Amino acid sequence: MSLSLVILQLMNGLQFGVLLFLLSAGLTLVLGIMNFVNLMHGSLFMLGAYFSAAVLGATGSFAQAIAAGVLGTLAVGLILERLVFRKLYARDHMYQVLATIGLILFFNEAVRVIWGSGSISTAVPEFLRGAVAIFGLPYPVYRFAIIVAGLLVGLGLYLLIHRTRVGILIRAGASNAAMIAALGINIRLLNTAVIGLGAALAGLAGLMAAPISSVQSGMGEPILIMTLVVIVTGGIGSVRGAFYGALIVGLVDTTGRVFLPVLLRSFMEPLKAQTLGAAVASVLIYLVMAAVLALKPQGLFPVRHG
Amino acid sequence: MKRLHKVLGGLGMAAAALATSAALAQDPIRIGFVGELSGPQAALGQDQYDALMLLVEQGGGKLGGYPVEILREDSQLKPEVAVQVTQKLIEKEKVSMITGLTFTPTAVAASKVAIANKTFVIGSNGSSNNMAGEGCSPYVFIVSWQPVPHVAVLAKYANEQGYKRISLMAPNYVTGKSFLSIFKEHFKGKIADEFYTPMSQQDFSSEILQIAASKPDAVFVFYPGGLGINFVRQYRQAGLGDKIPLMAHGSLDGTNLPALGDAALGFITGSIWAPDMDNAANRQFVEQFEKKYHRIPTMMAAQGYDAGQLIASAIAKVKGNVNDKEAFHAALKAADFPSVRGKFRFGNNQFPIQDFHVIKIVRDAKGRVNQTVIATPLKDAVDPFAAQCSMQ
Repeated sequence: MSLSLVILQLMNGLQFGVLLFLLSAGLTLVLGIMNFVNLMHGSLFMLGAYFSAAVLGATGSFAQAIAAGVLGTLAVGLILERLVFRKLYARDHMYQVLATIGLILFFNEAVRVIWGSGSISTAVPEFLRGAVAIFGLPYPVYRFAIIVAGLLVGLGLYLLIHRTRVGILIRAGASNAAMIAALGINIRLLNTAVIGLGAALAGLAGLMAAPISSVQSGMGEPILIMTLVVIVTGGIGSVRGAFYGALIVGLVDTTGRVFLPVLLRSFMEPLKAQTLGAAVASVLIYLVMAAVLALKPQGLFPVRHG
Repeated sequence: MKRLHKVLGGLGMAAAALATSAALAQDPIRIGFVGELSGPQAALGQDQYDALMLLVEQGGGKLGGYPVEILREDSQLKPEVAVQVTQKLIEKEKVSMITGLTFTPTAVAASKVAIANKTFVIGSNGSSNNMAGEGCSPYVFIVSWQPVPHVAVLAKYANEQGYKRISLMAPNYVTGKSFLSIFKEHFKGKIADEFYTPMSQQDFSSEILQIAASKPDAVFVFYPGGLGINFVRQYRQAGLGDKIPLMAHGSLDGTNLPALGDAALGFITGSIWAPDMDNAANRQFVEQFEKKYHRIPTMMAAQGYDAGQLIASAIAKVKGNVNDKEAFHAALKAADFPSVRGKFRFGNNQFPIQDFHVIKIVRDAKGRVNQTVIATPLKDAVDPFAAQCSMQ
């Protein structure tokens, strides 16, 4: 395997990691600050994809599609917070799981009722189409754009959390929510803001993923599982943890899939190597998660609770 | 006193049942439709159903000149649900035949119930190898196709194109492996790479990159439904669309084309039918389907329509007396109807003996992304399981 192929595969891993980061950043804050298990985060990802694809189909404008994806999921997140989540914060985790699984089913069925059961069409903006040759191998321009956009959002989040007052409150909330409420901070408003931020980020991830995946009912569930792995690996409540966790999961998943079969091929027949390699690669991220949990039960970048 | 009440009540109900079954003779012929009508796969079952209903509507509520009533049930891609709804249709609703059947697991389950109840099945999609071979039954007619020639046609096309090295990809499950092995069996060249991706994998960028690096003459993939949309989009975005020809089973079917749009142009798939096939029955079917449903009919719809036509032809032959099972069986077996595929006949296992075509995705005269037949490498193909079926 040539060096160029290795580098491009690492970029694939990075791109996947960046997408996972957008999803996990929001979810980890919700888990960390509100101690709220929100399993319908993947549905927001799906809604982001649907909103942007639908608006793109209707108007043909990418700017409007992006706005619809982000603002639409933001609105859904805020409405859900007001109507459903707020009643669940004080409840046991099992209630939260049940209620949010119910919401998953609701939204999967809702998009089917509105947009039909088939996958709906979407497109990549003209200037992001096609591929560029890197070391003689084609790499899709659109995936570059995802990496760049994801890293920019990551930088923005870093500034928001480490350089603003809201960020201080969010970090304080993740460390000790009861204490900051006692200090007179409006924790309810903070909760709403965090849910809204998480929803908008999930929507952004969804609209960016839409052109490379099939926009259809249920598309949020597979990625939700990966997101949970990221959060557990990185440490619940920590955006920094989500960032590194997402990159680790993205890179391990992609490189495992590519390099394990190649590695195995050197001492077994190709087809067997391919099958065994793929099988091991598909559980690799869970092995990493298990290893992290065994060595650092709080995750790689735990939030320090005061 | 109470017991007498119960006995009388029971008698009354029995009498009522007798009365209804007597009335049934005048009633329309009841036909059960069992298919996947919910979940991500609902589009497939819906196409089968819509095409059947188009035919019923064209006949003014009649098939073969006799009034029919279609009772629809969703098998939800769950074999146990398929068993339940088929039982209900046969025992409670007294249907005289079952049609539809979208996916293999539910088709197998529903057929078992129907065979046990000596009720005819006119399946318009799903089937299994066993149903075509040792498990064949006089009660089961499959109007669609057996997967082996459906995959082999593309391998044959690859041979004719002179492709020497081909990369293969499919999801890592029984059907994915079996389809790739059918392809390998019929393809004469070398296999450059072979990838089995986990069912949950949505992003194929790393495999596509490996394909780009190994530069095969062509690529053959089996990715059904949404996975197919993902794969085709990503293949196109990687810039391989114009460089390495893509042949796909399942990914480029009519249900996926509206979502794929331009990304599918120029790619190759195999089928028994395409909207542009030139025969009177097909022209009428395509035109009326588009008029009624405002979309291009898919292969699933064509099969649903042919199943309806087969039923209509058999009803006409037995003059509406579908309870004469021997005569009805002979009438179905004769397959005396104008198929949208041009020609149609049943083999000994009651699966079709038919042509398999190579389909290219092109822009049609109306500017839409559509399918067109470019070659027919497999003529009057008989599936390999027919020999294991004991029926004549």
